[in-house]
Amino acid sequence: MIMDYQKAGRYLKFGLISTAALAATAGVALAKSDIVVAMQLEPPHLDPTSAAAGAIDSVLYSNVFEGLTRFGPDGSVNPGLAKGWDISEDGKTYTFMLREGVTFHDGSAMDAEDVKFSLDRARAEDSANAQKTLFEGIESVEVMDPLTVKVTLAAPNGSFLFNMAWGDAVIVAPETIADIKTTPIGTGAFMFKNWVQGDKIDLEKNAAYWGTPAKLDKVSFKFISDPTAAFAAVMAEDVDAFVGFPAPENLPQFEADPRFQVLVGSTEGETILSTNNKMPPFDNVKVRKALAHAIDRQAIINGAMFGYGTPIGTHFAPHNPDYVDLTANSAYDPEMAKALLAEAGYADGFTTTLKLPPPSYARRGGEIIAAQLRAVGIEAEISNLEWAQWLEQVFRGKDYGLTIVSHTEPFDIGIYARPDYYFQYDNPSFQQLMTDLGAEADPAKRSALLTTAQETISGDYVNGYLFQLAYPTVANAKVQGLWKDAPTQATDLTAVYWQ
Amino acid sequence: MRNLWLGGLLTVIFAGMAMLSFVWTPYDPTVLDIANKIKAPTLAHPLGTDHFGRDILSMIMVGARTSIAVALVAVGLGIVLGVPLGLMAAARKGSLWDEVIMRGNDLIFAFPSLLIAIMITAVFGASALNAIIAIGIFNIPVFARLTRSGALSLWSREYVMAARVAGKGAARISVEHILPNVANLLIVQGTIQFSLGILAEAGLSYVGLGAQPPTASWGRMLADSQTMISFAPHMAMFPGLAILLTVLGLNLMGDGLRDLFDPKLRRARS
Repeated sequence: MIMDYQKAGRYLKFGLISTAALAATAGVALAKSDIVVAMQLEPPHLDPTSAAAGAIDSVLYSNVFEGLTRFGPDGSVNPGLAKGWDISEDGKTYTFMLREGVTFHDGSAMDAEDVKFSLDRARAEDSANAQKTLFEGIESVEVMDPLTVKVTLAAPNGSFLFNMAWGDAVIVAPETIADIKTTPIGTGAFMFKNWVQGDKIDLEKNAAYWGTPAKLDKVSFKFISDPTAAFAAVMAEDVDAFVGFPAPENLPQFEADPRFQVLVGSTEGETILSTNNKMPPFDNVKVRKALAHAIDRQAIINGAMFGYGTPIGTHFAPHNPDYVDLTANSAYDPEMAKALLAEAGYADGFTTTLKLPPPSYARRGGEIIAAQLRAVGIEAEISNLEWAQWLEQVFRGKDYGLTIVSHTEPFDIGIYARPDYYFQYDNPSFQQLMTDLGAEADPAKRSALLTTAQETISGDYVNGYLFQLAYPTVANAKVQGLWKDAPTQATDLTAVYWQ
Repeated sequence: MRNLWLGGLLTVIFAGMAMLSFVWTPYDPTVLDIANKIKAPTLAHPLGTDHFGRDILSMIMVGARTSIAVALVAVGLGIVLGVPLGLMAAARKGSLWDEVIMRGNDLIFAFPSLLIAIMITAVFGASALNAIIAIGIFNIPVFARLTRSGALSLWSREYVMAARVAGKGAARISVEHILPNVANLLIVQGTIQFSLGILAEAGLSYVGLGAQPPTASWGRMLADSQTMISFAPHMAMFPGLAILLTVLGLNLMGDGLRDLFDPKLRRARS
């Protein structure tokens, strides 16, 4: 018996050594070339040009679809499919020079006709584009030659190049548009491979890519909505990265674990206590002001987000150079809130609804805000909604008093100029401000207009401005090249590699 | 008998906590104290604080109230509606009434109860009241069936015959002679259903369909603590223990009561 054990031990040792040797050679030969990236929400379909769902862009933007211009990791606007452009003296005509040799994933060439098709489709009367305002100013799109497109605007638009970088403005081909919702064909560094609904989307490297080829061969996006499951999946290394990690309370554990890296970036997500400006008593600015002073932002950031988030006092991203810190305008002052309510005729408070979508910033933030409002006499009845219910009741139906949501579109202060938008803020002077801004190209004057705009909505207490949503990414320590910030909804993997 | 005492003791403790919470809790469980969040148990907070800095002991006391109220009313609903139906079915055995009532019961039994409860609360909105209705509906057939089966054997007894000969109507016999003799069955079953009701309420609250914040509830405390279990186990442990001990207590008490009431078992013991 003893002999046998020794023999077995020898074999075992030999086995171990050879496996180790094999592993070592393999490690030298090739670094890992596939990655599994998890996120919380699954796209409803795969056409970024016909839905508001940010999850579509999170998977496809830059990876599969590209626009004339594109956002960099820092939010800057860079050349995309257009290698350059000329802007006419009057600022109304943009001539885009397209890159040569760009092909769609089906092999067909990307040329000026595709650009014209994409822009005309987006701005058409019956267009399903979720951001039609991006294309509103376009008067005509002309094909000059296969690699040159001339876009004429009705009026100069200082943010036109920025608008063209959005995921809603990517270039699609007329030949493949019919099936775009299930088989997206773009020009990006990755090609769509397959979609297992409810589970994952697979992409693979586009060998014929016009630019710097992707360093990864295979990419899988996995969708894990439950925070507990998300934590378990990362801990078990089932996923290599989790972008927009949903449970901030778990981040310190990942930070303490050498297997992982935690990137906490900024987003364009202004998290606000949206207020139904047309619903009494919120049509009274004193009541809205009372709301703003009843809220303790820092307590919400600490309690709901475990300290991740930057307080904001207006609907503008703090990392934007034109941001004005107006938090003092609505400092936490419950006594003042009570006095304002009394002035408005609600000395005994009132009852309203607080409808909360699923993310933890809303659910937890809602409990904290309800407690803070209760302290000044406002009884906010919480009801928890799923996203579909929230979109139907709150966003489209406008049947709510208060809600909490993060507005993740970049540079979206323009929504305050839309009286039919769900918080129903109708201020003609603000609308004029936005019209002026759209026509202004001079940076200094734009900056002044933006300052006035921020001050106007802050002074009108349109919504309760809470904090800028943080963007936590937890990834394997060896994964390099992930975006830290989220200047737009995107998970750009074109420069990601394994160390 | 030991079961009865132990079960009764646990039940009394939690019922007592629920009662006490009406007049006194160590802290106000609706007031948040973010600066003191996720504190492990200390003298000031014997069971620690949760992620909003609320005192967990206070929340468990108020949560006991929520659980007991929901389960009690739901079981009450089952008894109030189920028992008369069962008596009626037994009194008219084989009639159309009997068929309608019992097949209706089968229909409700055919659905998985918690799933239907989720559907009801999802359609009519999440609230404690809807949770009560959802749980209550599934208690009706339990009591109707139990009452009917208990009553059927009694209808052939001599004293019932005597009552009939004396000219009493079916309704009167049911109430005066049948009901008192099935009461022991109902009490035992009621205790068990009560514990199931508490579990169902915790389950519904766990998925966010029970009592809504700021009302404390054990199920939601568990759901809230889920992602924090690795660094704040006390947040999940105490509400979990509360559910466990209450349900255990009620089940033990139910067992004990059955032993006490069942003449066969009583004879075997003596």
